[in-house]
Amino acid sequence: MAEDKKTPEELAQISYRPPGKTWMDSTVEFRKGTYNYGAVPASAAYMNLPFPRKWQPTNEDWNLPEDWQKIIFEGMRERLNRYRSFRVFMDICVRCGACADKCHYFIGSGDPKNMPVLRAELLRSVYRNDFTAFGKLLGRFAGGRKLTIDILKEWFFYFYQCTECRRCSVFCPYGIDTAEITMMARELLNLVGINIDWIATPLANCFRTGNHLGVQPHGFKDSIEFAVEEFEELTGIKVEAPINRKGAEVLFVAPSADYFASPHYYTLLGYLALFHEIGLDYTWSSFASEGGNFGLFHSAEVMKRLNAKIYMESRRLGVKWILGGECGHMWRVLHQYMDTINGPANHLEVPVSPITGTRFENAKSTKMVHIAEFTSDLMRHNKIKLDPSRNDHWNVTFHDSCNPARAMGLIEEPRYVIRNVCNHFHEMPENTIKEQTFCCGSGSGIGTDENLEMRLRGGLPRANACKYVHDKYGVNLLLCICAIDKATLPPLLEYWVPGIEVGGIHEMVGNALIMKGENERATDLRGTPTKKVEEGKEVTEDV
Amino acid sequence: MTVIISLLAAVTLILIAIIGAGTLGLQYLFGIVIPYATLAAFLFGIVYRVVKWARSPVPFHIPTTCGQQKSHPWIKYSKLESPFTALEVTGRMALEILFFRSLFRNTKVDLKKGPKLVYGSEKYLWLAGLAFHWSFLIILVRHLRFFVEPVPFFVAALQTLDGFFQIWLPIIYITDVVILVALLFLLFRRLYDPKLRYFSLAADYFPLFLLLSIAVTGYLMRYTGAKADLIAVKELAMGLLSFRPTIPVGLDTIFFIHLFLVSVLIAYFPFSKLMHMAGVFMSPTRNLANNSRAKRHVNPWDYDVKVHTYEEYEDEFREVMKAAKMPLEKE
Amino acid sequence: MYDAGKVITGIIVFLILITFPFWFNAASGRATYKPDPEIITPDDQCVETAEYMKRNHMDMLNQWRDQVVREGQRTFVAPDGKTYELSLSNTCMNCHSNKSEFCDACHNYMAVSPFCWDCHIEPQETTYGYK
Repeated sequence: MAEDKKTPEELAQISYRPPGKTWMDSTVEFRKGTYNYGAVPASAAYMNLPFPRKWQPTNEDWNLPEDWQKIIFEGMRERLNRYRSFRVFMDICVRCGACADKCHYFIGSGDPKNMPVLRAELLRSVYRNDFTAFGKLLGRFAGGRKLTIDILKEWFFYFYQCTECRRCSVFCPYGIDTAEITMMARELLNLVGINIDWIATPLANCFRTGNHLGVQPHGFKDSIEFAVEEFEELTGIKVEAPINRKGAEVLFVAPSADYFASPHYYTLLGYLALFHEIGLDYTWSSFASEGGNFGLFHSAEVMKRLNAKIYMESRRLGVKWILGGECGHMWRVLHQYMDTINGPANHLEVPVSPITGTRFENAKSTKMVHIAEFTSDLMRHNKIKLDPSRNDHWNVTFHDSCNPARAMGLIEEPRYVIRNVCNHFHEMPENTIKEQTFCCGSGSGIGTDENLEMRLRGGLPRANACKYVHDKYGVNLLLCICAIDKATLPPLLEYWVPGIEVGGIHEMVGNALIMKGENERATDLRGTPTKKVEEGKEVTEDV
Repeated sequence: MTVIISLLAAVTLILIAIIGAGTLGLQYLFGIVIPYATLAAFLFGIVYRVVKWARSPVPFHIPTTCGQQKSHPWIKYSKLESPFTALEVTGRMALEILFFRSLFRNTKVDLKKGPKLVYGSEKYLWLAGLAFHWSFLIILVRHLRFFVEPVPFFVAALQTLDGFFQIWLPIIYITDVVILVALLFLLFRRLYDPKLRYFSLAADYFPLFLLLSIAVTGYLMRYTGAKADLIAVKELAMGLLSFRPTIPVGLDTIFFIHLFLVSVLIAYFPFSKLMHMAGVFMSPTRNLANNSRAKRHVNPWDYDVKVHTYEEYEDEFREVMKAAKMPLEKE
Repeated sequence: MYDAGKVITGIIVFLILITFPFWFNAASGRATYKPDPEIITPDDQCVETAEYMKRNHMDMLNQWRDQVVREGQRTFVAPDGKTYELSLSNTCMNCHSNKSEFCDACHNYMAVSPFCWDCHIEPQETTYGYK
């Protein structure tokens, strides 16, 4: 990537003026940095996905099955009959254009096919041509297009340039949700063996080992134990972190990046600190060692196959309810899909916080609680002692992750937590947060190195909003509650607005939490000296 | 190109009516047969389309939340942007349908040097859309005076209100002005904004031209020398509505043009994007409560899938788990 | 989830609303009603043809008013050369003295409420229906 890397100034040369030519017959160019690699056959085969084969988007011949068009049409018909959203969204768009400049990819690239309306038209034109009376009659004049290999390639290109963030659907007068359309398109592409590796391989890993990274049980245990030791070094407190323990009250499920990647890792330390301090009777699971679910980015079926392990494991371990960590798309699945696809969870009980006695009525059917809900409840009831000044070296802002904001409405809980543990909290401009939040640019399985240019483009609106608070308030830490954010925002910010680090809210909780018997904290959980510590005192660099 | 084709289509329709009802005198066709046929197509078409949509289930609970969820009692949740109960959903839908809530949020992005992204408020689309739809509805209700006898009080009241300014004779209705301005703005916007021009289809321009033609022929009959014989018009309408169709004397070609364009509009309606009228009620991102963790949503086509069980997992990893002293089901 | 009940209710409500003119007329029993303005004129001819008057009387009255009130001109020369005084009460109402059977017949049918009687005194007779 290095040799053809553009400077931020070059990349920001964006024109929102579309070309003069019609969009209907242009073809896509798979330029380095703007697409994702095809799935390796072994991963696709492990998941029994159709037509696993060696394949790359840049190949002239995609080696499609003989009757690929028929497969697509059958797939479309089936999905039209299964999803009211798909059918209605195909029919009622009036092309008012309200969505056009709401997409972070359009804002960052100026590519007109990244306008949600036109992204949908890529699929809608084929639907119109073959499924509607006007289309069959008038064809192109009615906005219909015959399905060709070029169109299929275009689908692949643009439906893997949508992060299913749903920002467009907030502004659409009919609530047309491009995420739904992208999901359908990706399912159709899967039917003819078109998948990307960054989705297919995590799927296979997760199916086999319980997590996307393919961490085997002993590796998982090592990671958790490493964190426990690390935490002891930092604070002098040895916490318990039970794994696969039967009879615990709560099963805790977090995204796997929390125990394997940085800066997620500090959030993990935060969880460990909190659970220890409140004496939570809980367990981790190596089998359900992943809250994230890349199945959401692939197909409803695979999503269900992966999600099943959470309820299965909660049943096997005999817990009462489930607590979920900081992760964005994970929570879309848990909040909007899990009960439907793998419920009802009659083996569990309505979640009750053992510390405060709060009954989580809003989760009484699914029986899974978000950690921001859980922790904010602890704080509200003054069950934990906090010293927010320990975070005084951080000037923080909060990035609402797409799914918690627009598929869950989890907006105030994390802010409540932040306000309790940070003294310096500044919001980004209102058009870039809460339900109008901008995606990190790398969600929905397209946060790959090979796709870096598109990620940087898509992340521009978010980074730009960060720059605003960085310049205005000196913000130096972006908090978020999503594992993909934590993985992809650091390089994004490094590129557009150096000087902002990324962290999770439970990292801040871990910093501020006053624990019984702890040593004086010379540094925060990531080894940065706290403000109270004198200048020049030696600091150990962690992780 | 699509603009010209759509314009030509509208002009052609006008010519058809002029030649058909005017020159050829096919008043029976244009006054009775076509209105009946297109009304039938309208009613049947709408029901057909809605039933077709309804036959596809809503498998998953996918509301787009645009505000705070209901969780803790001490956090105020947004009843209209993230509704929890059916009543709150009704409120959200009412805001959406009556006042175009989502469109009201519209913003416009500007990329300044720096780079610096600026988001400005952009309410013109919302305003024009709302102005058009409400005017259209009021005009439709006002037209009831041609369709019912005796004319109900609300029609007369609406006329009085709509003619509040008492300018000109016959009084110029506010909605007659507003709908024209709104339609012209919507057309202008589509042509002026390069983004919109790029993705607009013939199906986007055609309804605008059709509605404009309907409006203009209506104005001609009300405000100019081409006045219609209203009694004859109502007689025709009442004949159609009581299934005793007759062609009264006194109907001019201009009236048949107006009627034919309306007939085309209603026949076109169910097979076009105009179905957003019904679709907005059926959008699962808006009409579902954000209560999916409190109340289970059932997917009627749910099927069993191949999962990886814990037993299979342990079978594969038993040795390493044993070595790592992890609890096992089977030693 | 199909929500069949809600969809069917929606369709029925839509059909009831959209077919309002059909059932309203059937219920009112006035579907075949046609106004028949009663002409009890001593003269056998109006200032203009009946066909012209039917569509344009409102414009003519408006013009008459402007001419009288603003220009002080009080004479109307008909196409056939006859002259008339520009006056609603004296010329028009002289022949069409039966407001309720003549004027109101069509005005009520078309829900028109002219503002003639905002200034002019209504002829002495029973009125009903719309103002």
